[in-house]
Amino acid sequence: MFNLQSSILNPIRWPQSSWGVLPVLVFFGIWEGVVRLQLVPGDSLLPPFSGVLQEFVHLVLNGVLFEHFFRSFLRVVIGLCAGTAAGLGLGIVMGTQEIFHKALSPVISLLYPIPALGWLPLLMLWIGINELLPIAIIFICSFFPILYNTLTGIRGVNPRLLSVARTLGGDERWIVFRVVLPLALPNIFTGLRLQAGMAWRVIVAAEMVAIPTGIGALMMRAESLVRVDVILVCLLLLSVMCLLFERFFVFVERQLTAGWK
Amino acid sequence: MPAVELDGINNHICRDLSLSIHDGELLVLLGPTGAGKTTLLNVIAGLAAYRGRVLFDGHPVDAVPTRQRQAGYVPQTYCLFPHLTAAENIGFGLRAQGYKKELCEARVQELLALFCIESLADRYPLKGLSGGEQQRIALARALAPWPRVLLLDEPLNSLDLRTAKYLRLELRRLQQQLKITTVYVTHNQQDASEIGDRVALLNKGKLEQVGPYRKLFFSPHNQVVASFFGSHNIFFCRSCIPKASGLAEVELDGLSLVVPYEGRLIESIAISPWNIFLSAVPVPGPQVNRLKGCVLQIEVKSAFAWIVVQCFRERFVVALQKELWDESGLCKGDSAYLVLPLRWIYICAARKDPNEMRKH
Repeated sequence: MFNLQSSILNPIRWPQSSWGVLPVLVFFGIWEGVVRLQLVPGDSLLPPFSGVLQEFVHLVLNGVLFEHFFRSFLRVVIGLCAGTAAGLGLGIVMGTQEIFHKALSPVISLLYPIPALGWLPLLMLWIGINELLPIAIIFICSFFPILYNTLTGIRGVNPRLLSVARTLGGDERWIVFRVVLPLALPNIFTGLRLQAGMAWRVIVAAEMVAIPTGIGALMMRAESLVRVDVILVCLLLLSVMCLLFERFFVFVERQLTAGWK
Repeated sequence: MPAVELDGINNHICRDLSLSIHDGELLVLLGPTGAGKTTLLNVIAGLAAYRGRVLFDGHPVDAVPTRQRQAGYVPQTYCLFPHLTAAENIGFGLRAQGYKKELCEARVQELLALFCIESLADRYPLKGLSGGEQQRIALARALAPWPRVLLLDEPLNSLDLRTAKYLRLELRRLQQQLKITTVYVTHNQQDASEIGDRVALLNKGKLEQVGPYRKLFFSPHNQVVASFFGSHNIFFCRSCIPKASGLAEVELDGLSLVVPYEGRLIESIAISPWNIFLSAVPVPGPQVNRLKGCVLQIEVKSAFAWIVVQCFRERFVVALQKELWDESGLCKGDSAYLVLPLRWIYICAARKDPNEMRKH
């Protein structure tokens, strides 16, 4: 007889990671099955998942994937680091100095809604088509959201905490580094987490349009050769990188704030 | 020389406010909501703008920034730093002022022991600390850098009644032990009557009267003070029979009470409505100053209940926090039991005892 009590109160405890992996495996299984059973017209437009895996191995072994991936990775890391440093720095200044906040807020509000890729034509004219272009795009992509989140985090700190810190003898710099920034960390990391994924999305678009190297460029070349399997390898790699970058920041945030949050 | 002196303080709330706070005393700033109590506390701490002069030990501190005023401040909601452990919170001021690490650690340990919170040293404020525990940590943090004056903004407001009562006494004990000049903001008369050396009544940014609680209660300077303290329980004594150990038995209209005796014949006594204990059941213990009566009238105003209890031919007004009143379950016409603590019975009027005069 079906034991209702045991099924509700003592559910089977799947390992936590199984729930993440299982649906993905099912998805790949359905993909493989649908293509093998020829339920979609023509195998060249949708290769089986095993075919994509084979192509992945091939691209890894001949070094093509690594070469393009490494270039994209480097651009993302440099652009993200520069954008984060600038956004964080300006966010701290604007968050703690009222005069800078009043002076710069209208300009930031004006520029923030412009999508990062919207800057591409202008940057192509200003910078030219070189290594700096994708880095500049990533910089813009990460700078504004991190600035905005830093500002929100800093201005969200309870002013009474700052008053108490002052009565305890803290000068303004001490208070910024010992009270304001630690308390703004959750907000800052929200910005970092979102922008880490967004950076990968933007870099591919920039490489597709303007740069002859990187994952985006590899995808464009594959498109002209009608190599759907290569495109799918690149898309899966992008997906994994977005996920890994986001998870990395979740991990760092937990290390820094899980104790007290 | 007063430890803290306020001279002609004016700002958006305070109106020409002058006040002296003696060295080592606990001054209660009492007043209704919006009276300017917290603003005045902020003026002393240097957290609010003002015109006028603030002097610490006779020296003006108007130009001294908040961080150098050495005022230990405990805000209403404690405001513990959530990202720091209890020990780090306590040591925050010491580190901010550049004390050596060893000294910081020793001082933190000393305060953890003083407040009996050693077991909380590594706990974070948001990780299940009770209101009482947070209050102790906030107090320890304020005291850590050896402040010249301790400023407490309604420190017991967010605690349940029992914890508040316990901590009120604990706070007073510590203040007397440390002999630190303390300004205590509250709107609760019970706080003022139980722990204040003196009480300063503020209303609409103006200082109405300063003095011992008893003086404000029984000799209000003006109508504002009188109406703030509300009803009095003043009783005329028909007879006064001196007993041993500085006590006398006085007879009211059908009742007899034991009261403090200082060699003068007592003509009238008084007790604050806040200092009478009310119970729905007989209170155990020696039957001294314990009366049985009948609930005659109940009036609930915001957070407080005012109850009139008839005992023989005398009527007693009792003030209770609404929460306690609801707990008692008493209704109009029910029997109620009163306890009049000896230490809260004031002698309003007394004349020289002719028998005592004859002895001399």
